[in-house]
Amino acid sequence: MAILKVEHLSKSFGSTKVLKDICFSLEKSEILSIIGSSGSGKTTLLRCLNFLETPNNGIILVNEKEVFNGKTQKTLTESQKKENRLHFGLVFQSFNLFPQYTALENVTLARKLAAKKEKDYKSRKKEILQEIEEEGIQLLKQMGLEHRMHQYPHQLSGGQCQRVAIARALALKPDILCFDEPTSALDPELTGEVLKVIKELAEQKMTMVIVTHEMAFAKDVSDKVIFMDNGVVLEYGSPEEVFDNPKEERTKQFLGRFINE
Amino acid sequence: METFLQQLPTVLHALNIGFLQTLKLFIATLVGAIPLGLLICFGSTSKYKIISGFFNIIIWIVRGTPLMIQLLIIYYFPGLVLHNPVWGGSETGRFMASALAFIVNYACYFSEIFRGGIQGISVGQDEAGLVLGMSKVEIFVHVKLLQMIKRILPPMSNEILTLVKDTSLARIIALQEVIWAGQSFMKGSQGISGEIWPLFFTAFYYLVCNGILTVVLNRLEKKLEFFR
Repeated sequence: MAILKVEHLSKSFGSTKVLKDICFSLEKSEILSIIGSSGSGKTTLLRCLNFLETPNNGIILVNEKEVFNGKTQKTLTESQKKENRLHFGLVFQSFNLFPQYTALENVTLARKLAAKKEKDYKSRKKEILQEIEEEGIQLLKQMGLEHRMHQYPHQLSGGQCQRVAIARALALKPDILCFDEPTSALDPELTGEVLKVIKELAEQKMTMVIVTHEMAFAKDVSDKVIFMDNGVVLEYGSPEEVFDNPKEERTKQFLGRFINE
Repeated sequence: METFLQQLPTVLHALNIGFLQTLKLFIATLVGAIPLGLLICFGSTSKYKIISGFFNIIIWIVRGTPLMIQLLIIYYFPGLVLHNPVWGGSETGRFMASALAFIVNYACYFSEIFRGGIQGISVGQDEAGLVLGMSKVEIFVHVKLLQMIKRILPPMSNEILTLVKDTSLARIIALQEVIWAGQSFMKGSQGISGEIWPLFFTAFYYLVCNGILTVVLNRLEKKLEFFR
């Protein structure tokens, strides 16, 4: 059973077609890497999955349930988008941590706000908040940040910020965790610590979609790889298929530099 | 010197009463103009052209004309043109008219400062909130508001200090604020006439008040330095 299925997804900005007929599917615990040059539509695809953009057409199924169908419904209400987003977590290239909250507060804020709407919130307020807090601490420990929990984002390194952002996304227990070039803003040393965390999540069977320029990492960690070019999925298969035996000339050209290394 | 010392208690008493009215107008304006400014800010940035157009025209008119003229129009227009003197002739009426003019005027300036403060926050903050399942209102209140306050504090401090001094414009509709009180001793009041020094002395009140405000606002700015 596919946890995520995308069928014939398309997206345009004005007259520019950014995504054309995108199809792929992902099983539970699988990791999909999306590679390709800048402007190929990778990030837009991720933003469509997280409903930061609404696709123009196509179907998105999560756990075989339709969350978007461009044929029957062109636009989504805010509350529909909000509900759909909870299936996905998104880690941004630029972290986007909330600067006025500590690492732990960043992780727990959304959960705490959501808990306020629960029916038993008033009667169990203390318990609920305690529980959220403890889960947040647990997540930050998992990220190796137990000493940084009460620090503000500006006091943390880029790698630490990104790990807080990963913990923040995990706090909402998404079905699928998406990464948008999670290491592009980091130097090689800090990149290593973030990739290590993503690998650990892979070992814990987290389903992930990763947009990345780290080819070696993508080849190593992924179950499936998509190579995108000009809004189209040019190559879709196992890492061996895409990296070692690319079908398209454009893919060979793109991977050329990486393979030569 | 001897007459000065004799006059001093009477003058100070009158100036204190006048300055109380100045302070009342200052506080009323702040309390009214901050929420109204936020409302105008949301209006002027609305995605609906009719709403944003309407609010932008209001901002243009209010910022494009002197506050003194606005005061005169608000106070005299109902009585002299509409023959319906809503404000009456009392000090309370003059205060209400002054407060209305100041609130609307300052709300327009504040709204532009707020707009800059909100638009300066990266869209990444909105997007991070959205993907975490937060609503737009939650994002504004819990994520953006404090960042906005931090950003707008320096320009707001400027406006607030200006406001203290601008209250003296209400003198034009004879609101009995501190300058009116100082001036009364030129024409003659409570046995003192032809004295100019009480008028000059009013500057001291503004100076002390703005000194205190500067300290308070600087502290607030310091308090918000815990994040960047």
